[in-house]
Amino acid sequence: MITACAVEDLPVGESVRIPGEPAIAVFNADGEFYAIDDTCSHQDASLSEGWLEGCFVECPLHAALFDLRTGMPTCLPAKKAVRTYPVLVEDGVIYVDTRAREAVA
Amino acid sequence: MRTVAVVGASLAGLRSVEELRNQGFAGRIVVIGEEVHAPYDRPPLSKAFLAGTLPAEELALSEEDFDAEWRLGVRADRVDPRAGEIHLSTGEVIGADGLVIATGGRPRTLAGTSALSGVHTLRTLDDAVALRADLQAGVRVVVVGAGWIGAEVASTCRSLGLEVTVVEAAFIPMERALGPVLGSLCAELHADHGVDLRLGVGVDSFSHNGSRVTGVLLRDGSHLPADVVVAGIGMEPSTDWLLGSGLPLDNGVLCDTGCVTSIPSVVAVGDVARYRTAEGNHVRHEHWTNASEQPVVAVRNLLAGTTVDSFRPSGYVWSDQYGVRLQVAGETSGVDEVAVIDGSPDDRKFVAEFRRAGLAVGVLAMNNAKLFGRMRRQLAQPPGVTIPAS
Repeated sequence: MITACAVEDLPVGESVRIPGEPAIAVFNADGEFYAIDDTCSHQDASLSEGWLEGCFVECPLHAALFDLRTGMPTCLPAKKAVRTYPVLVEDGVIYVDTRAREAVA
Repeated sequence: MRTVAVVGASLAGLRSVEELRNQGFAGRIVVIGEEVHAPYDRPPLSKAFLAGTLPAEELALSEEDFDAEWRLGVRADRVDPRAGEIHLSTGEVIGADGLVIATGGRPRTLAGTSALSGVHTLRTLDDAVALRADLQAGVRVVVVGAGWIGAEVASTCRSLGLEVTVVEAAFIPMERALGPVLGSLCAELHADHGVDLRLGVGVDSFSHNGSRVTGVLLRDGSHLPADVVVAGIGMEPSTDWLLGSGLPLDNGVLCDTGCVTSIPSVVAVGDVARYRTAEGNHVRHEHWTNASEQPVVAVRNLLAGTTVDSFRPSGYVWSDQYGVRLQVAGETSGVDEVAVIDGSPDDRKFVAEFRRAGLAVGVLAMNNAKLFGRMRRQLAQPPGVTIPAS
């Protein structure tokens, strides 16, 4: 379990990047928090810098669209899913559960 | 429509096939591609692939075949659109009642170098493999042209520890596209990374040992010793196979606002398509995004049998060079004002807005993808947003 940030530091429509191996991007999509791999499955781009629309994030480099709920890309050029991680909120702090990392292909 | 032939199997061709299926076309699709490779992504060819950090198998654009017949390593020699016949280099004739032209183009070459080894252009995977094989430790590289490709190749060569000189005929690189201030910044990037940048001077000729290039003689009389020369001096659309087809050709395949040619069953997409804008000019875009976006509209019009939708370019271009990411969208030429609205060029992290008559029409960002994403969505729409069809 890693700490992302305080809830108040991640308003609706915003994202935060947690550095690490791999880096993780956490989003506030209309009040729901989602965590996915930060690096686009296509090429080197940080999804935390992407455009958030509903529960989809658009890669800032090539506009590949990822579903934050499943990590699946909806269009080219991305072909592979990014990993998703469970998010927990406790006492106003957002945590990401990275234990599931190995369980996802 | 029973059979659609897609000539050209790079991004624009692949996206056309994908769109045909997305938009419900259940008939036969035949894709004709001159290269033997299945569709692959070209932007990394000047960057990670050339640097050796991205293997060729990672370049594949799709794992699906979209239930199409892929004729790869085969050229379309000529087409008779009225008869619906495409004649292939194998002698085979494909009958099709719809045609997507996605043949892209060929890089311009440097005069007097056709017989010389060590002189490269870069467009295809095979080009990149050949160039990479020549980038051995200690070689001296001369890049002709300081546009996007030239800058990316120079940057990659520097990251490999090679000595690089870039020769550019203009006094400021990228000035036409980006204006003098940001063009000068591109020049600084070269200089910051130890590239010998020769501006405002053309290439006169090449020295060689009979078979291999040994140097570049410039018009100012200077001689640059070179083991490898890379030309990044633009491309020409591949339309030679369309001569005699009756399709209007002029620096590309001329088409209407919806990428439809003079024959409604023939559309053109990607680098080869010279379409009409809402303002009535014919333009071609030589960019990845264009090749990816145009097929959506072109295929819709092809399947409708008439122009029901017009193409609106996003004008999005990106470049990774010297460790910075440049992103550009909208219009950047013919503007009144370029204003830095966030960050500072000196820090190599900023966003600049291109304005015409006080309206933001274009945006350029260096190392600021987040703000760029926001800005490009706020760009002023060009006049006549509701573009009438055809």
